[in-house]
Amino acid sequence: MIELRHVLLSVIVACFAQSAAANHADADAKRGERVFKKCRSCHKVGEGATNRVGPQLNLLFQRVAGSIEGFKYSESMLRAGADGLVWDHNTLDTYLENPKSLISKTRMNFRGLKDAGDRANVMAYLRQFSDNPANIPEASPTTVGTDHEVDPAILALQGDPEYGEYLSSECVSCHQIDGADSGIPSITNWPAEDFVIAMHAYKDKKRVHPVMQMMAGRLSAEEIAGLAAYFEKVGQ
Amino acid sequence: MKLNRRNFIGSAAAVSATLSAPMVMGGSHGRPRVVVIGGGAGGATAARYLAKDGKGMIDVTLVEPTRTYYTCFFSNLYIGGFREFSSIGHTYGKLAADYGINVIHDWAIGVDRDAKTVTLAGGGTLPYDRLVLSPGIDFKEGAVPGWDVTAQQKMPHAYKAGSQTQLLKSQLEAMPQGGTFCMVAPPNPFRCPPGPYERVSMVAHHLKANNPTAKILIVDPKPKFSKQALFQEGWSNHYDGMIEWIGPDFGGDKVEVRPDMMEVVIDGEVTKVDVCNVIPAMKAGKIAEIAGVTNEAGWAPVHAATMASKVDQNIHVLGDASHQGDMPKSGFAANSQAKVAAMAIRGALTGSKVFPAKFTNTCWSLIETNDGIKVGASYEATDEKIAKTDGFISKTGEDAALRKVTFEESVGWYDGITSDMFG
Repeated sequence: MIELRHVLLSVIVACFAQSAAANHADADAKRGERVFKKCRSCHKVGEGATNRVGPQLNLLFQRVAGSIEGFKYSESMLRAGADGLVWDHNTLDTYLENPKSLISKTRMNFRGLKDAGDRANVMAYLRQFSDNPANIPEASPTTVGTDHEVDPAILALQGDPEYGEYLSSECVSCHQIDGADSGIPSITNWPAEDFVIAMHAYKDKKRVHPVMQMMAGRLSAEEIAGLAAYFEKVGQ
Repeated sequence: MKLNRRNFIGSAAAVSATLSAPMVMGGSHGRPRVVVIGGGAGGATAARYLAKDGKGMIDVTLVEPTRTYYTCFFSNLYIGGFREFSSIGHTYGKLAADYGINVIHDWAIGVDRDAKTVTLAGGGTLPYDRLVLSPGIDFKEGAVPGWDVTAQQKMPHAYKAGSQTQLLKSQLEAMPQGGTFCMVAPPNPFRCPPGPYERVSMVAHHLKANNPTAKILIVDPKPKFSKQALFQEGWSNHYDGMIEWIGPDFGGDKVEVRPDMMEVVIDGEVTKVDVCNVIPAMKAGKIAEIAGVTNEAGWAPVHAATMASKVDQNIHVLGDASHQGDMPKSGFAANSQAKVAAMAIRGALTGSKVFPAKFTNTCWSLIETNDGIKVGASYEATDEKIAKTDGFISKTGEDAALRKVTFEESVGWYDGITSDMFG
């Protein structure tokens, strides 16, 4: 079984290898930085980058999939790593185009970058933080919660996880408590701060999803903090 | 008495019990007992939350006749060929093994509200401190002239998922080329307001591929229906000319069926049909009526904050069977109400904290492959009813990518709610 997966993985990757290699030469890290805006509400990269909703992306190239210690990956990602998946231009290109085609139950809720140029550019950007770690550019790490600004007083609230557990019963009608994602994103084990920022982005109607705008809209800042505290640790 | 862990927890519970005010510990019989009738979105969720959050302090019994429960939600997708039948079937193994719920596969046939007992068809009697009724729906007798439950093999309702759903699908697949599929739609209020219209969409999806000259006739007593603009836009985009909707202006409210002849009489005019899906007017599941908690319309009025019956404070009624206010009768709503009821019951029986009731509902429907739509709202409990506070609905003219995401979301929701129900 493991060998079969191996073979499948190599075939999938091989199919995409050519196009990725072709685009690689013209890739533009500056443009890639702009493309990376789509990623940075979940991923940090650069000096001091830490795991957030997604793992930090320093030294991504040649990294074994699912190998950052302390980050909670999906079973699928861990299995892919165990089967020998290593991130390089080809595997990343495949993954970024359609994450679920490579890692069927990945927790990364991202529809993918359909444009090969976007993928090449964002890889060129990420490469700066990988190939020559001693020479990481002076660019500051991507900041936290980047798609929405939240009042520091709200971010400073200490949520009550017990209250969050009660409130969570409304969330788990759709979001699976074991962190599985089959069409509705996983919300478990996010850093509390990222959870708070995301929920306030819905509450303030900066993020567009109508169900989430409605759900967040009637939660107070304390309630959001409680949910964030509960979901951060749930199942651990 | 040897001091072991069980004794210690027991006495600790007893001490805290004497300190907290509203306590209905059932005197002689130890742990307070909750009997839940009906293992669907309301009942299974209520049983699971009572057992999970009660942390062993509540004795929970779930009475459900079927060993494999087929969800009504997503059963239309089975009819359309988008789901395997087995994928909408669920069992109660986890609720029994992981949550310690006493699962009894039997019919509840009697409720003695004075003695606080439930009688089972198999002969057993279950005492309760609180009773949760979540029996879903039954059909009103005589609602569609010519149809009663003895006709359901010829003209299936397929509005309780299971063998009826399979029967309707097999009849659809056996339709002669160019034949007519008729749906007699129900009057308000009824289970799953978009359900009949999603079903028509799924039937059309099947016919378009397999029987493109066939027609679909909807005979409807209602002047308008849920997500009407969205469905009608989708029908004209995907199934142009296949679906005819006959509302009350054209006699949709004056229908009679003749199951032996496979005829439908609409406002006096006889039409021969090949498949006839009769969805009659509904009322609460029979056990609610037997328990004496239903009103003249056939539904069980409840207090919004606790889902407790307005007739009997020791009985809570969930989901389709309840008459609660603004929420539609849906699996999502029943699941939401179950959590509010479980919290209220736990508070009453064990003195645990009770937070303000909040309710939510979202109903997704599939019109055609990757063309999903949704409607939803949030609610709060007022003295009078469950009252809507906010809501949203998909828009006509949305782009295909958004509709695809909406459909994918519904698949995620199905996995979410079923794991919330069955563990």
